[in-house]
Amino acid sequence: MERKLVVSSSPHLKSPEDIQSIMVDVLVALFPAALMAVFLFGYRALITMVIAMVAAMATEAIILRKGDFFGDGSAAVTGLLLAMTLPPAPPWWVVAIGSIVAIAIGKQVYGGLGSNIFNPALVGRAVLLVSWGSYLAGNVWMKPVPFGFTADLVTRASPLVTNKASLLDLFIGTVPGSLGETSALALIIGAAWLYYKGHIDWRIPGGFIGIVFVLGLFSGGLYGGIYHILAGGVMLGALFMATDMVTSPVTPVGKLIFGIGCGLVTMLIRLFGSLPEGVTFGILLMNGLTPLIDNLTLPKKFGEVKKSNA
Amino acid sequence: MSQRTFVGGIHPSYFKDFTAGKPIAPARAPSQVIIPLHQNIGAPCEAVVQVGDEVKVGQKIGEPQGFVSAPIHASVSGKVTKIGPYNHPLGRPVEAVFIENDGQDTLYEGVKPNKPLEELTPQEIIQISKDAGLVGLGGATFPTHVKLSPPPEVAIDTVIINAAECEPFLTADHVLMLERADDVIYGLKAFMKALNATKGIIGIEDNKPDAIASMQKAVAESGQGYDIEVHALETKYPQGAEKMLIKATTGREVPPGALPMAVNVVNQNNGTAVALAEAIKLGKPLYERVVTVTGPGINNPANLLVRNGTLVSDIIEQCGGMTADARKLILGGPMMGMAQSTEEIPAIKGTSGVLILTEKFVRYYTIGPCIKCGKCVDVCPMHLVPNFIGSASEKENIDLAEKYGAMDCFECGCCTYTCPAKRPLVQWIRMAKGEIVARRRKQ
Repeated sequence: MERKLVVSSSPHLKSPEDIQSIMVDVLVALFPAALMAVFLFGYRALITMVIAMVAAMATEAIILRKGDFFGDGSAAVTGLLLAMTLPPAPPWWVVAIGSIVAIAIGKQVYGGLGSNIFNPALVGRAVLLVSWGSYLAGNVWMKPVPFGFTADLVTRASPLVTNKASLLDLFIGTVPGSLGETSALALIIGAAWLYYKGHIDWRIPGGFIGIVFVLGLFSGGLYGGIYHILAGGVMLGALFMATDMVTSPVTPVGKLIFGIGCGLVTMLIRLFGSLPEGVTFGILLMNGLTPLIDNLTLPKKFGEVKKSNA
Repeated sequence: MSQRTFVGGIHPSYFKDFTAGKPIAPARAPSQVIIPLHQNIGAPCEAVVQVGDEVKVGQKIGEPQGFVSAPIHASVSGKVTKIGPYNHPLGRPVEAVFIENDGQDTLYEGVKPNKPLEELTPQEIIQISKDAGLVGLGGATFPTHVKLSPPPEVAIDTVIINAAECEPFLTADHVLMLERADDVIYGLKAFMKALNATKGIIGIEDNKPDAIASMQKAVAESGQGYDIEVHALETKYPQGAEKMLIKATTGREVPPGALPMAVNVVNQNNGTAVALAEAIKLGKPLYERVVTVTGPGINNPANLLVRNGTLVSDIIEQCGGMTADARKLILGGPMMGMAQSTEEIPAIKGTSGVLILTEKFVRYYTIGPCIKCGKCVDVCPMHLVPNFIGSASEKENIDLAEKYGAMDCFECGCCTYTCPAKRPLVQWIRMAKGEIVARRRKQ
């Protein structure tokens, strides 16, 4: 019987997971935090998230000249993550520019997915911070009003500035802040999903949160330690930003060093720098060191005996 | 009884149900066998028969052309009709002996039982394994007598029987443990005696509880005087890779580039143990072996006892033929087996499985960029960085590929299985390895 047999290299079985399924897993993981944002900050939070995601996907589709709007899902993730770092209701054009910069400059000029050095969402946020900082900081953080679909949002300063917020509020999220950063609870639930799926490793968040806690202990005792973990963008940064696969190390030891480095720079900025929040630049700085960290922390091969310096 | 494992590895679906529990059935003797003269790692054989000769079952037809080689024997009785090149599972045509089966199954007079194991010296055991043409039946086909002859300064203390059978779909070793447990023990004792080893370990994955029980019973019944243990190992691919097996059973790590004897261990597949038992007890050379014929693409999967040189097309026909949606023919398992372009290919000593995969297993992937997810680094049992080696090889930067450890890769496929970007890492690494070996040879 005439039959054409397919000949290809081993292995002949492959995992069903692909890049798109991983990106969808990340979107699902961000869903609790996104839901919480809408719950706390109202419909304008949803508008911000939608603008950010659509602008990101559109920018990528135009640059890559692809009709497939969702693509591998990475642009949607970048858009949503960027939105998570923004206050509930910045001007629509600020959000859009942030996304366009994130995708065009933070990712595509490097060669697209996998080739970028810096976390694209944070590149977008950093540009917004230095160019239109007034729309992002100060009294633009809104005090959440639960069930706030139609409620007016009231402007208040974020807990990092006021240093006044109960730990429970910080954990659940009923504090002023950016869309994604307020609810540690929602973020942890989402991160647990990513961990279950094997997309994040304990080392980056562990290193990040760990060092923030330790330095927070020095700065303000046990309360200070917990406060620094829960306030501001540490939870979002440690669980979702620093763990971005493309811009973080691949080696186990490298991941730990990277996480600790992010937390260290974050705290240096928080405690001694002029900005109230250091997560953005902490992660971006460590992103730049990732290739070096990788090559310095290559795993010991099976059976390898380290030569002693005799 | 310990349950240990190694760091890394994957948990694919195992698909053992196709042939699990099916007893070994002798394959229908084919009307013609085409026996290649190269069936082991090392040197090929040269024919010692001529066209027109009448040969008998178990008669030597191929003489080794080097130390690292093993003789080849006729698997049927009949007339030699041709000696010439023919398809070989490794891809290039190889000189082969064509024998027309006269259907008589006349046994060669030289096939006679040897002295019992208790009366054999180590040298005699090694000679028997050589004369019987034994090679590693796990698939690597390393000549057994060479493995049993380490350099004099190396002292082997442990022999490990590899009955892990970690590849999905394959069940040949499993069924041998159920039906031939005593011969596995006999063979293990012979290995231990030949090497002067004091300890024997049988490593079995824990998805085969009946085999574990069967081997424990056999050890209790016939293991007296020998320190033999059965180890149940965590079911994980590639537990059956020899370095991983040694690690999981003894805790020792074989250094990169070295052989198990560097940690005083010798591994043997349990099929090889049974073959040695038969060689000693019956004088039977290696001319047939258990092959798992399986997969969604074959109508009647089975564990068949197949004569060397039987064409795969014959085996497939015996098992009800391929299904309409069959697309890939693999000799071996799905992780490390070789896809074949034709069914007209002989089963050889190393053929552990004939696996037929269907349309839904064969997908054409677009290769994506490396997203540095690090999953390949997590699963690599050799603790390499497959993403970097693969990317270097993709860009033909062979020196960089070598620096990242290409030569330490044994192509298990865990990285490629896991990669979400569907990058053909094993294929790239294999290309780099070939290039590195070629460059080293030139120097």
